[in-house]
Amino acid sequence: MNAFISHFSFEFRSGIRNKTLLLMNYLFPLGFYFMIGLLMTQINPTFLETMLPAMVIFAILASTILGIPDPLVTAREAGIFRNYKINGVPAFSILVIPALTTILHTVVVSIIIIITAPLLFKAPLPLSWFGFVVTFLLTAFACAGFSVLIGVVSSSSRITVLWSQLIFLPSMLLGGMMIPYSMLPKAMAKIAQLLPATQAMNAFRGLAQNLPADFNPLGSLLILLASGVLAFELALYLFNWDRRNTTQRGHPLLALLVLLPYVIGILLQ
Amino acid sequence: MSDPIIQVKDFRKTYGNLIAVEGISFEVERGEIFGLLGPNGAGKTSTLESLEGLRIPDGGLLRVMDVDPARQSGKLPNLIGVQLQTSSMPESIRLDEAMKFFCAYHGVVPRYDLLDRFGLKEKKRAQYHQLSAGQQRRLGLALAVAHHPQVLFLDEPTAGLDVASRIELHNLMRELQTSGTTIILATHDMAEADELSTRLAILLRGKIVATGTPLALTATGAGLTKISVRTKDSSISDAQLSFPAVSQRSVKEEYVIYYSRDIGPTISAILTYLKDKEDTLLDLRVERPSLEDRFLEITNIGGAK
Repeated sequence: MNAFISHFSFEFRSGIRNKTLLLMNYLFPLGFYFMIGLLMTQINPTFLETMLPAMVIFAILASTILGIPDPLVTAREAGIFRNYKINGVPAFSILVIPALTTILHTVVVSIIIIITAPLLFKAPLPLSWFGFVVTFLLTAFACAGFSVLIGVVSSSSRITVLWSQLIFLPSMLLGGMMIPYSMLPKAMAKIAQLLPATQAMNAFRGLAQNLPADFNPLGSLLILLASGVLAFELALYLFNWDRRNTTQRGHPLLALLVLLPYVIGILLQ
Repeated sequence: MSDPIIQVKDFRKTYGNLIAVEGISFEVERGEIFGLLGPNGAGKTSTLESLEGLRIPDGGLLRVMDVDPARQSGKLPNLIGVQLQTSSMPESIRLDEAMKFFCAYHGVVPRYDLLDRFGLKEKKRAQYHQLSAGQQRRLGLALAVAHHPQVLFLDEPTAGLDVASRIELHNLMRELQTSGTTIILATHDMAEADELSTRLAILLRGKIVATGTPLALTATGAGLTKISVRTKDSSISDAQLSFPAVSQRSVKEEYVIYYSRDIGPTISAILTYLKDKEDTLLDLRVERPSLEDRFLEITNIGGAK
């Protein structure tokens, strides 16, 4: 327990000390939030209805998808994991603790957004705090799982950026944060359902904001939960201590199994 | 061997088509400092990292305190301390945090005193990326011994260290040896290996080509002892001169250097010659073959002197 606390404490402080992580955890999401708040509320007043969940999802995506994978890849490439292994740091801690500390950073950012958005932009608060918190936690869990998995299967920092952007950019465009899901063409809407951001936005709408959901919001929660569990399990299974000693137990493409809950969700509709 | 702490038997390690280690065997007893010498690519690091559980052997038997490093690597961390040849730490970790972090995983009280001992007292609050390469190595050493390991693996521990840190490390190694810690030392520093090791193995192209105590290793070579002579009138500088048991001769600055198979007759003949020539002996040095000489002889890098 002492080791876990010590590791958690260091990783949490790292998220503030490290300039890149500080940018991804705080500066980028908060900067984007203020900019979008100023712009979108003028351009599209209906954006206010979903501003809070949209900005919270953005904060989660920036911190997790953009923030988590590269430090994992860099640490593996630099031999930090080898050092951890000979000192008894388990793979579970290496993967789970950065995810937990990042989620804690997103909690801080989300609280800032929740407090300031009604004051600055007159954004409505969630009608169901329980629904908001549950959706927030499952979204953060699913996105952290995706991020850790990307960090585990990426062979280099360059590839990490590609994988991260493959999730981040479509999430921004199709996830329902900027453009409502209902406005997407049918085929595009199906593709959008493969993204955690879309499921999160749907759940926030239906369970926190009391807005009409585009599909079953409880189903979205289930998908987020299942994909999060699957992502962490796959990450642990595929984890490699050392790029030079290829003891990986499965092909990196196995990571695509993380999309299974999303595909099942689409098929069941 | 009565109490082998480390057993290596017919150990093989390959990387694709490259055979890094080809069936080596040795044992290390409790409390020994066992030196692994060899040129780059000889297989030292592959051997060490396989014993540390970082690499999977392709054949043979490896045991560290009866633990199979490949299959039971989870049991190793509290038994062994490791300073890797190349390792790293998170850039933003502070030195006191690193000590706390690793000691917490080993379940021991943080040894901040080791940071002081390795000259890192002023850097306790510094982040890892703010340290020089030498300071990073010193931190690695402090962390490797902080949990009182029974076996310590040091891979080129003094590379990049200043003189004071090197002396401190050597003192620490002697202390640890006295307290029963077994140390495996891979090094390119022959003086260090000669001074500290109780036994040595020289690896060449994945095979052990010589093993024994430093003294035994140097004694079993060509056995040429170096005799350096400087005289007042340089009467000895005649290249045609020959003395008993001398196989080679060279000149360096004001010294004439002989390589003798049997120093008694050689020195006696030199002194007689100088007396006959009424020359005055200013300096005479006799040096047994060094470990470096023997190493170069075995690995055929330096050629025969």
